[in-house]
Amino acid sequence: MSRTVLDLWVGFFVAIGIAALFFLSLKVGSFGGFNNVPTYVIQAPFDNIGGLKVRAPVKSAGVVVGRVTDIRFDTEAYRAVVSLAVESRYEFPRDTIATILTSGLLGEQYVGLEPGGDVDMLKDGDAVQITQSAVVLEKLIGQFLFNRAAEPPAN
Amino acid sequence: MKRVAELLRRIGARVVDGVWRLGFAARFFALVLLYSGQSFRRLHLTLRELWFSGVLSLLIILVSGLFVGLVLGLQGYEILQRFGSSEATGTMVALSLLRELGPVLAGLLFAARAGSAVTAEIGLMKTTEQLTAMDMMAVSPFARVVAPRFWGGVISMPLLAALFSAMGILGGWLISVVFIGIDEGAYWSQMQAAVDFRYDVVNGVIKSFVFGVAVSLIAVFEGYDCAPTAEGVSRAITRTVVSSALTILALDFVLTSFMFRGQS
Repeated sequence: MSRTVLDLWVGFFVAIGIAALFFLSLKVGSFGGFNNVPTYVIQAPFDNIGGLKVRAPVKSAGVVVGRVTDIRFDTEAYRAVVSLAVESRYEFPRDTIATILTSGLLGEQYVGLEPGGDVDMLKDGDAVQITQSAVVLEKLIGQFLFNRAAEPPAN
Repeated sequence: MKRVAELLRRIGARVVDGVWRLGFAARFFALVLLYSGQSFRRLHLTLRELWFSGVLSLLIILVSGLFVGLVLGLQGYEILQRFGSSEATGTMVALSLLRELGPVLAGLLFAARAGSAVTAEIGLMKTTEQLTAMDMMAVSPFARVVAPRFWGGVISMPLLAALFSAMGILGGWLISVVFIGIDEGAYWSQMQAAVDFRYDVVNGVIKSFVFGVAVSLIAVFEGYDCAPTAEGVSRAITRTVVSSALTILALDFVLTSFMFRGQS
């Protein structure tokens, strides 16, 4: 085996290896979609976050605008404080409502932002004033049963 | 009583021998790194090893990657359609390949295909006293023989693992989209939504790099440390394959518990 042919093969190997890495990061993974984009962080206190996890998407009108970066428990108000990193190109009014929603019946939970009508925009470090907690299925079923018991029988 | 004492002595000798070899391996690793600079100055040596352990492993890696992807697609579809979420097949195939199967299976195949060959080569060189001859000619066997083989393995392993994963994902696409008929858009878009570059792809590459270092080090060390007989070389090859496999699986558990702990 002469040197030049060997070099050709090694070059071919390295090239398709790197091509595979590119394939994995561009076609398979969502590269660049959110990693290098400038963001600003807003806080959202919730009474109950249900099964929300760090890295869960933040959506507005169904479009992913950010990610949950941190969840912690506030010992003074006894509420969960969720930090949302929102892409800088998306701005939201100060009276935006943050809701914890579920995609599908058993899907993952995400934070939905419903913009209000304020002229001032949320800035880095601000807190969302109005929030709506996650729907806890057990509570819902309990309420439903309670209401049924209160109703008079139909016939 | 005598028998018990004999047994204890044997166990003790095994343990001391193991610690001894571990210390020697650590010193060996340091020496390999030390002589790497010298061997990189003659780059064609490393290129030749890249050809041996990388290019010649291509076929087995690509074919096994394809088959693993086919099986994952088939099984993933079969199980997921019971829950009415057969569109998630792409996600399942991609995540299991990128996070675990790609690096681990490529590492095991690499240890069996290239690691054993490296051990046999170095072991035979030692048996036929070629390494001693090099030393006599003031050519360091570390710079001339060991370091190029080590780096050849370290460089080719992440590339092979990436090829394995890419091939597997194409295999999963082939079975679930072309043969079963899942919607093609759902296959790719659900995959892209669930796979994160930093979290899944980069962690998989880090894993395969660590496995590459481990397998290459074990291969060159076992070859260098073998008893200089025909039997010694064959034993060293067996040890390379066995301890590489065990090391890869154990390291995989450790790395996984570091990388993917309790998130999402």
